[in-house]
This record gives sequence, structure tokens and C-alpha cells, in this order.
Amino acid sequence: MPKRTDIQSIMIIGAGPIIIGQACEFDYSGAQACKALKKEGFRVILVNSNPATIMTDPTLADKTYIEPIEWQSIEKIIEKERPDAILPTMGGQTGLNTALTLAKEGVLEKYGVELIGASREAIDKAEDRELFDKTMKSIGIDTPTSGIAHSMDDAFAVQKEIGFPCIIRPSFTLGGTGGGVAYNIQEFEEICKKGLDLSPTNELLIDESLIGWKEFELEVVRDRNDNCIIICSIENIDPMGVHTGDSITIAPAQTLTDKEYQVLRDLSFKILREIGVETGGSNVQFAVNPSTGKVVVIEMNPRVSRSSALASKATGFPIAKVAALLSVGFTLDELKNDITQGLTPASFEPSIDYVVTKIPKFAFEKFPQANSRLTTQMKSVGEVMSIGRTFQESFQKALQSMEEGLYGFESILDSEKNQNETLQYELTFPGPSRMLYLADAMRLGWDDEKLHKLTGIDPWFLFQFRDLINEELNLEGLRIDQIEKEKILALKQKGFSDRKLATCLRSEEKEIRKRRISENILPAFKRVDTCAGEFATETAYMYSTYDGFCESNPTENKKVIVLGSGPNRIGQGIEFDYCCVHASMALQEEGYESIMINCNPETVSTDYDTSNRLYFEPITEEKVLDIIELEKPVGVIIQFGGQTPLKLAEALHDKGVKILGTDIDAIDRSEDRKRFQELINLLSLKQPSNTTVINLDEALEASETIGYPIVVRPSYVLGGRAMELVHKKEELVKYLGEAVEISEDKPILLDSYLKDAIELDVDVISDGKVIKIGGVLQHIEQAGIHSGDSACSLPPYSLEKEIINEIKTQAEKIANELNIIGLMNVQFAVIENDIFIIEVNPRASRTVPFISKAIGISLVKDATKAMIGKSLQDNDYYESLSPELSFVKEAVMPFDKFPLVDPILGPEMKSTGEVMGIGKTFGEAYAKAQLAAKKNIVTSGKVFVSVKESDKKYLQDLIPKLIDSGFTLIATTGTAKTVKDLGFNCEIINKVTEGRPHIVDELVNKKVDIVINTTEGRQSIEDSASIRKTALQNKIFCTTTIFGAFAFVEALKTSREDWSFTAIQEIN
Amino acid sequence: MSGFPAYLYLENGELYSGIGFGIKKHETAEVVFNTALSGYQEIITDPSYAKQIITFTNPHIGNTGINEEDNEASSIYASGIVIRSLTETPSSWRSKTSLQDFLIKNNSIGISGIDTRKLVNTLRETGSQRAIIAANDSLDPKDAKKELEKFSGLGGLDLAKAVSTKDSYTWDEGVWPDFKKTSSDFHIVAIDFGIKENILRLLAEHVGKITVVNAQISIEEILNLKPDGIFLSNGPGDPEPCYYAIENIKIALDKKIPIFGICLGHQLLAIAGGCKTYKMKFGHHGANHPVQDLRSNEVAITSQNHGFAIEEKSIPKDITITHRSLFDKSIQGIQFDNKPAFSFQGHPEASPGPHELISLFNKFKDMIEENIA
Repeated sequence: MPKRTDIQSIMIIGAGPIIIGQACEFDYSGAQACKALKKEGFRVILVNSNPATIMTDPTLADKTYIEPIEWQSIEKIIEKERPDAILPTMGGQTGLNTALTLAKEGVLEKYGVELIGASREAIDKAEDRELFDKTMKSIGIDTPTSGIAHSMDDAFAVQKEIGFPCIIRPSFTLGGTGGGVAYNIQEFEEICKKGLDLSPTNELLIDESLIGWKEFELEVVRDRNDNCIIICSIENIDPMGVHTGDSITIAPAQTLTDKEYQVLRDLSFKILREIGVETGGSNVQFAVNPSTGKVVVIEMNPRVSRSSALASKATGFPIAKVAALLSVGFTLDELKNDITQGLTPASFEPSIDYVVTKIPKFAFEKFPQANSRLTTQMKSVGEVMSIGRTFQESFQKALQSMEEGLYGFESILDSEKNQNETLQYELTFPGPSRMLYLADAMRLGWDDEKLHKLTGIDPWFLFQFRDLINEELNLEGLRIDQIEKEKILALKQKGFSDRKLATCLRSEEKEIRKRRISENILPAFKRVDTCAGEFATETAYMYSTYDGFCESNPTENKKVIVLGSGPNRIGQGIEFDYCCVHASMALQEEGYESIMINCNPETVSTDYDTSNRLYFEPITEEKVLDIIELEKPVGVIIQFGGQTPLKLAEALHDKGVKILGTDIDAIDRSEDRKRFQELINLLSLKQPSNTTVINLDEALEASETIGYPIVVRPSYVLGGRAMELVHKKEELVKYLGEAVEISEDKPILLDSYLKDAIELDVDVISDGKVIKIGGVLQHIEQAGIHSGDSACSLPPYSLEKEIINEIKTQAEKIANELNIIGLMNVQFAVIENDIFIIEVNPRASRTVPFISKAIGISLVKDATKAMIGKSLQDNDYYESLSPELSFVKEAVMPFDKFPLVDPILGPEMKSTGEVMGIGKTFGEAYAKAQLAAKKNIVTSGKVFVSVKESDKKYLQDLIPKLIDSGFTLIATTGTAKTVKDLGFNCEIINKVTEGRPHIVDELVNKKVDIVINTTEGRQSIEDSASIRKTALQNKIFCTTTIFGAFAFVEALKTSREDWSFTAIQEIN
Repeated sequence: MSGFPAYLYLENGELYSGIGFGIKKHETAEVVFNTALSGYQEIITDPSYAKQIITFTNPHIGNTGINEEDNEASSIYASGIVIRSLTETPSSWRSKTSLQDFLIKNNSIGISGIDTRKLVNTLRETGSQRAIIAANDSLDPKDAKKELEKFSGLGGLDLAKAVSTKDSYTWDEGVWPDFKKTSSDFHIVAIDFGIKENILRLLAEHVGKITVVNAQISIEEILNLKPDGIFLSNGPGDPEPCYYAIENIKIALDKKIPIFGICLGHQLLAIAGGCKTYKMKFGHHGANHPVQDLRSNEVAITSQNHGFAIEEKSIPKDITITHRSLFDKSIQGIQFDNKPAFSFQGHPEASPGPHELISLFNKFKDMIEENIA
């Protein structure tokens, strides 16, 4: 059936900010959908609050709304744009839930908008646990024994039937938020209470535990002619019990016979038909009993998902694109398989001749209080994918991609501790490093039977791992020159990195490389072609292996390699992928061949048609050099992938590789403390007083000169890792003793803390001659809060013009001195009229996409063109910012996934994503940003105020504004006294330490609507943590900075009725 | 890994060295590649692979070992297998033995450690090739060229009679895992040109009681069995030399006995109806091939294993093309206009592969019912 002609305009709902459970895979799928539908002539209207996405680029849709993904905002947009249809399946759970709400609120009916891709009934059947369970039973498919609970009484009744352990999952939550495994009644009660609260429908599904069962996922596509195909089967190495998003998974499935696989395949189709997914992609998850083969279905998602993104990258079959086209009436046989140049249709099942491994990446080091055991609630923040001809090669490449200092199975066991006990624990209760513990257990001689019993990992994988560990042990005591060429080749084929071999052979990576190259043991690059070689492909989507026959066929074109940013993590996320994609586009616009190297399957950069050529590889020295030596590019771009490519800068430079843009010495001048100080002094600028120390005595001595509070952190860290603010000597001693290592090799940095300073981010673009300001962002939270976690405003909302001009001048001076070609970011702090430079990054920063969206010019594209020798175009950049509008960026935090963690902002970055609010005033933009970040601003009620001593001076200004807005006040004794002294009424409530009823009781009882809680000092922070945690759990708006409180007050000045909704195409 | 030096030598002179497993021997055959991601046990026991060396594109083979339920015939028919990586210790709750032990038991040879993707690339460019798979101990690589000259390829080769059952037998077992059987009493005579057991299982589940007979059986003997329907099985080699079968089919067609053919059976039915067949470049071997039903436009993903196909031009007026491959538009299904006979080029019995076209067995049953009525 051909394309439908009864619809002309389609709204696509994006997934919003990056959060745990919903990452840039939805930028990838949404961008594909936008492109495909626009190409087919539909008018595409996109709503997404996340400015760091490619999909919100103005060219991808006809109308792009960077607005909150929330039904009332979307109704306004629907009213304005009058789309014929909404495609809700591209924006993850957020997209589906929002579409469902629009339907339930009658908006779709009111404006005559049709849901395409998934009907309301299908979404309900798949997402509502009880309905799903019932539906499966009706077609004779087993689901785990389970029950539904809407109250604690229900829950206890269900538990009695099921027994322990059991799995608890709240309905309609992302990535299984709030779910968990309970082994006893206490745990059960705890998880259920939280789950009931987190579920928007106050509903829990309590399942029989299938811990230890094998877990499989099938990615299914169906068209309106009922043609069904499986794109990919995925097998979880981690058995049931670990959320599939946190599981290490591989494709295709390895441990099923055809008969067993076909059972799953048949069931998948049956489920899709019964749920009623008429067109598009879905994901079905199964558990298989490893000793009987009994199959139960766990869940299905009637939309594209993280797994479908993985399946697309794993096979080369673009699921999202195809799903979008199917939703408008095409059938599979009418669509072509792009990767074979359309020689074959899209109605086939990809066959692959390699193995794909996905390993999730965690950020527990950022949340030391969080429970790091992996359960049914997803906790990972990113993932890597790797491709190898065999499982072993694939798996070891995945380890190398993680950027965690792994070059293979590194040992993790501390030799002094009780090893057996540690292993027993780590293997029974899997954590992020379970595979390294597994390897250590093998090194200590634990047998496979025991390991299988502890971990539930299928013996097939254990054999594969065991073989690798044996290979490693066999190298013990040998030197590189004692190993034959054939052995080196065999080890390379098993995925051993040069670096790992160097460790095993007590040599250097460069020595191994030298020997390897001298023996002509070179990687062969094979193509991902969807068809296992049955048809020829010209699509240059490649991976390395050591099988000999290389299909890379490099061209003679002038070409540039762009190094990607690797896995998402806190501090380095989608913003950098956005930058890399724009770099690639700019290169192509200038007639260069663009070559991308990256290993993150969620991204647009790893879409095979983003760049001319794609190498899906770990971003390590070895792999990157191998590709450079083969491709011989005119240069390599390292400015856009965050820290990942920067780490390789020196090694590449040493090998004579041309780094495009700013000379790498500028990196050193801005990162090396001493040289940075020289730079600042040379330009007669100021920086906070600071020093570097290598032991406690030095630290104590320096603290005298700098004066408390002091910001302390290890040198060369990303996203403020392990950064802390210490207020007195004891805290400094404690930090150096417990939190970090300190030595000559690992110096610690001490910075004077700039109290109440306003922080700014400035992005600069330069071609080496002309220097221009890209944007000036004023942070809302004061200096001391990590810039990535701070909300910020473009343009600055409370600074004098003179100050801003001076800041621009200083930024330009620095760019000039560092001879920036490309982008540079400078962070400033302002106290009254004093301007301090906090840091300089001679590369793209995470604010670049936000600014680019606001000013309507891609900074990265122009920067890229500057790097290949073009003069900067005559753009005004920052100066072209619309004077009528205000843009606010708000950080989105993952605290709801880590209930034990204090949701307080600090110098260490913790946010996973960002949203943008656009408004006529700062207040409107801020309010929209809060809404987009799912922070519940209420406009009347009771405010709890508890501020630290140094913030009390602000209450004079703040309190009247709150009272004028109609709020009443409640405070603990200290703050209440200040409030009363100022002449305002204020209820008094106990601190938690003062006896009950106390503030936490009030919060739990929902007697408080807003929390303003600023605090300092380790003890006070600990004492008040329960306030912030409770506020978060009860979805009460909580700000932990005084400037945040003022921004909140500004937001109160706007009313939703007056909000404007303007497409970004209309702004610029 | 345990094993012995072994190699694969192609008629174009390419030599692939690897590690042999199974029996140290050498075999001359045609080398083809199969892109199925699962089902190596079914594939190597499929009699249609007689005189063929199978290259698996899926790199890991042997993972789930060999079990008791999944064989397609009682032994290995393929002349050899070529793989990237062998799993020596299988993992599956149904596994009874390992792949290499199964090869030893069946006097077969395999070779691992091969860049199978390179081999596929060659076969895609040159078409299927004659080849030798050998243990170095069994045949010195330098003698391979000469040895290979003795084999002229599959064209014109009647292998069906070689693999067909000597004696007739009845079959009444259904399909894994439920082994259900139909209550119908229809008597089906299945002519064995190298029949896969899953066809028999599906006939038992959907159509009736089955008697399996030798390929060269006379038409009189067939008629004596009073068949309600005749099934023409899959099998190896070139259909054109199987004149005996073709003659029988012509008579059965005239007598309007319902006929269903699969794979080689499909080609034989077509020839009996007046069509010609040709040898394809590298054939279809896999489990992901889209085939379109030309009447409903529905697309089924099918299991495929054939090196010969029906020539489009040769099709007479009274035969309708019902199915086509969406990979290369080749003919996948035919139906006689005035006779109760139809056939399918791919493998609706799957095993391995998708189950979408199991409905063809029901169609056969319906055809028999109509014919009786």
C-alpha cells in the first residue's frame, strides 16, 4: 500500500532531556523519523525540550518547538499548528505517555488529530501491566506469576501468593524506576511504598522472581499488511534480575537452537498482533528457563527503544526510519534496504556475520551513597557497543570502548582484602564491575560450574571468558620476542589490545605495535551490510577485526576524521555528539569526505549515513591510529568529542598526525595549572587564588593563604569528579584522608571559593584571525555549583552591560593568546565588579548546542570550516540573539533513581541532561525550563525556608516576593527568627534533629509546596539531607541555592496563559 | 583448540587454511554459503546438501551442540562444513553431544578458523564453486587441484536417487515440542528425493497419514497405495536428470491426484508441467529471504536452500506463478490452473527458519478435501 494522502502534517513528540533510561537513542530515532517523513513531503512539527539534540536542528522539521513535553504545552502547539496526526512512538516512554495523556484529556479528539504508529488501545495494552498480563493470558502466552497492587494491602496479599524473592515494578515509569527485587518483607514494603508513589497510576506489578533465567529480546517490525520481521535477536549475558538496560547484551542470540529461537519469533508476532501494534517497531522481552526451556514473556514496548537503536546499529537496518514510513501507510516491500543500495527490499530479516556486544556504563562514583547493585531498576547512564568477528573479540573491544582504563579484563581484586568473600558477594549480587570480578575468580581457579551457579551466566559465555583468561595466564613470564607471529595474530583475533598484551608481556604498547606492524599483523575492516555478505554494499559502515581480508577500500578524496565522544556519562553526553555530527556535516558541505570514529550506539553520529564513512570502534590510541594509517586523512578533529579525543591528542600529535584547529599546546596551557597561571598573569587577568599540593602538610599550609571555604579536587578530572567544598580544617583533612588519593603523581588542587559569585559561561569562535563571541550565559546558581548542573540564562539576566562587555573582551584576549582556531569555552565568576577566570577549555563545551539553537547559527559548523582553513563567515553570532526572547537552560538530575543520594547541588556534576525554556521574559523561560525538567512549580501554598547563615541577608529581598505571590511561610527556628525580625509571619517547625513532628513529617503529609533549603558544611548538609530527599520523593519543588530561589520567584511572575509558543524557525 | 591442519581449495585456486575437526578425510563437492543465524544441526542433516560443502556466515557454530529432536535425517548429508569459530563445549539443556563428536560419528569433516566472509565474497562474485575440503593428512594441498578436476559439478547430476530411502516406510510423528497429529485419515504418498523430516512431521500434523517411498518407484506402485495426495520432496542436485520422477508426476497430474512439491519437488513438478530449470549463480541458502505472495501481496520471510530454479520464459499458459523472491524476483511458487497441483521453491517446513508458510500444508489438505468432494 502506498503512502497515505489523507494526512499532510505530522507532529513528532521527542523524548526530552537525557535521563537514566532515556538517552540519545531517541535523538537518533527521532532524527531519522523527521528526515524520512519530511522527505516524503509531510509537514513535520517537532516538539522536544532538549536543545542538545540533532532532531531539534531547524532543518530537520518544518516547525520545531523546544518546549516542555507536557500535554498542556503541546495542546497549545497543536492549536497553533493543527497537525493531522501525531507519531508518538519515537520519543520513548515520554512520547508515549504524553500522547496517551493528550488522548485522555480529549485534546486529540478536540483538534481531530490521529495517533499513528500506535493506537491508544495498543499503548494501553502494552503499558498497563494488568491489561498486558490479561492480554497475554488470553492468547495462551505465559507471563511470570504476578499480581497487581494499588495499595500496600493489595501488595501484601499478592506477595503471599508469590513468595520470595519477588520483583516489584511500578507501572508507567521509565527504565523501571522504583522497581526492585525483594528478598524479605522489609525490603518488600520499602520498594512497594516507593513504587506506588512513583507510578503515575499508583500501580505495582509484583512478579515471581525469574532470577537466573536466560533473557532475550527480539526487535520486531510490522506493517499494515501484517508483514512481520525480526530485525535482531539480543541475548543478555546477565540473566534475569538485572534490568536489560543495565545488562551486558550481545547480538545475535548465541545459546538458542533454531527450534527454540523460532518459538520466540512466533510469540513475538502473536504478541504484536494481539496488542494491536499495526505499524512500526516494537521490542519483546522473554525469559527462558535454562534447564527446561520454559518461555515467559516479560514485557513489550510498542515503540522504538534503546534496544531498537542498538539493533539498528548492530545490523545496519534503520528501524526508526522504517517505522516512521510504515506509520504513514507504506508496507515493508515498498521500502528499500538502503545499505544494499536498494538492491533488496526492507522486508527481510538482517543476517549478520559478526558479534555485537553492548556494555552499559555506570556513574556510581558520582553517587557514593547510591546502592550500586544492579537490579530491575535501570541505573546506567550510557553504553558502548562493539563489533567483532567473534564474541571474544567483540567483548574485549567493548571493554576497551568504556574509557574506564580497561584494555581487556583488568584485575580488580584488591590483593589484601578477603578475596573469596569479595568475589562471592560481587558474583552473587552483580555490580558494575561484575565481569572483572568474574575474570579474577577465573584467575584464582574458580571453576565454571561454581561461577554459573553464582552468576547464572550461561556456560557458553563462561567458556569464552575462560579461554581469554587462559590465554592471558599462558603469557605469564614471556616477553614479546618470545612469541611467534602466529600467536600474536591469534591473540589479536581474540580481541586482545596492544596495551593489554603489553601489560601481560611487561612491555610497552608502542613496542607491541611495532612488532605487530613489522609482522604485518594489521586489522582488516569489514562492512556491516545487513546480509552477511550475500549482496555487495557500498555503504562504508565498518569495524575492525583480524581476519585478513580488508574491505575498507579507502578513497583518494581529501578527508578528515572526526573523533566522537564515546559512551554517554555524566559530564559528557549528547551535546558532544551533536557537535561531532555538525562537524561531519560541515566537512561534507565543504567538499571533504568525513570519517567518523565512535562507539556509542545511541547516537546520531554512529548512524551510517551521518558521515561518508563510519568506523564503529573504540576511541583508543591503537584503534584510531590503525584507521588513520589506513585512511591517511588530511587531519583529525578532536575539539568536539569532549575529553575522549582530547586524551588522545598528544599521542596522535607525537605520531605526526595533523590535529586540525587550535594547536594542542593550548590544551596544555589551559589544563596545566602552572602554565594556566602564567597565561592569566600574562594577560593581566584574575583567577581565584589557588595552588597545587601533593601532601597533607602542603595542603594545610596553603589553606592558610587561600582561606576557607576552599574548593578541593584532583587534577585532570572530568565533570568535577570528587570535587568538594571544604569549610574548615577538619573537613580538608577528612577529604584528603578518605575521599581521594594524594601523591606527587596525583596532586590535589585547592581553589579559593568565590562566595556568592555569579558564574558565566562564554563560548568563543575563531578562525585564528577573527574572534567572535558565540554566547554569554549567566548561571543561575552561584559559583561553586558545577556549571553543568547550574541553570543558566542567555542573555545574562542580572548583569550590567559594562561587566558583560569586559567579560567578552577578556574571553577574546584569551582566545587570541591561545591562537584558537575553532571553539573555546571560558568560565568566569563575577563578584560585584571583579571578574575571575575559573577555567578555559580550548574546545567545544556542553553549552554550544544550546547557544546554537538560541542564536540560530551552528557554531560547530562554522568552527569546523575555520579549522579547514575557511575564514569565519560574516555572522554576528551572539550579537544576533533576538532581543525579545530569553533562553534558559536547566539541568536534569538523576536523583529519583538513587533514593539514598542527597539531591543537593554541589561542585561535582551530577546531571544527566538538559532542557531549554524559551520565553518573552527570563521568568517565563525559567518557568518553562522547570516544567520541562519536570520540576513542579506551584504558584501558591506554603514555602519552607531554611537557609544557611550567609544567605540570611538575602531574605529581606526574597521573603516579600514570596508573600506578594501569595505564599505563606514555614521555617525552622533560626530562619524563622530572621523572617520574623524582618516583620513577616512565619510558622515554626522542628528540624529533624529536634523531635517530632518535624519538617520531614510536614513534607510527607504534603503540607508544604515549595522548599528553599540552602546549607553548607558537612554536618549541616548531612543533617538536612532528609528534607531534600523527602521533597524529591514527594515531587515538591526544592531549590538548594538562594539564587535558585530568586529565579523561582521570577517564574512566579508569569502565568501559563500568557506563555508564548514559538517555533525556532520563527525566531531566527 | 584441538584439531588438525585442514584446508578448503576452490576451483579458482583460492586456498583457505584452517583447523579441521571431525574425521580426517577429504571430500570434493560444490561449496555454497548459508546465511541462517540458527539451525546448523538441521542444515547439516538436510539431504538436500548432499555433495555440497556448507559455509556458515554466522561465526559461532556448535554453541548448542546436537540434540535428539532437531535432525532432519538420520545422518550428515553435507560433504563438509566451513566455519569461522567452533564451539567445542556446547551449552543447551537439550544438547546430547558436541558438533565435532557428531561429525566424527557421521564420518564428516569440518574446518574452522576460516575468514568465511572473504569466502562468501568470492562465491558472491564468482558463483558457487567446485571445491575440496580436506585434512592435510588425507590429501596434500598440492594434489588438490588434480583431485578437483575429477569432479565436474552438480549440473546434470542426479543425486536424489542416491539419497532416497531404499524401503518404503510410514510416518506418524508431529512437530517439536508438542508432537501433535491431525485426526485426518488422508493418505499421503511422499516421494523421497532427500526428504527433510520436518516435512513429514508437518504432513502428520496438518494433512494425514504418510507413506514415504523411494524416488524411483513406479507409478503403478504409487497408485496401488491409493494416495489421496502425492507429496514431492526436497532433495539435492539437478532436477533435469530425474526423468523417472518427472514421468510419474506427469501421469499423476493427468489423473488429477493432488500434488504438493517443495524445493526439488517443486522443480520436478514444474518440469513435468512443461517448464525448464537453470542453475543459479550461487543459489539461495538462508533463513531470511522475503517471498511475496503475488495474489495477496503478503511477504513471508522464508527458509531457502536451492541452487536451481525455474526459467521464467519456459512457463506454459496453464501454470500460474504464485510467489516470487523479493531478493532477485526469481520464481518461488507455482500453481496449475486446471489441476490440483502446486509447489514452493523455498522451505515452508522451515527447520531451520521462519514458520510463516506452514499454511501451505493446510492448503495441501484443503486441496485434497476439495478433490475428494
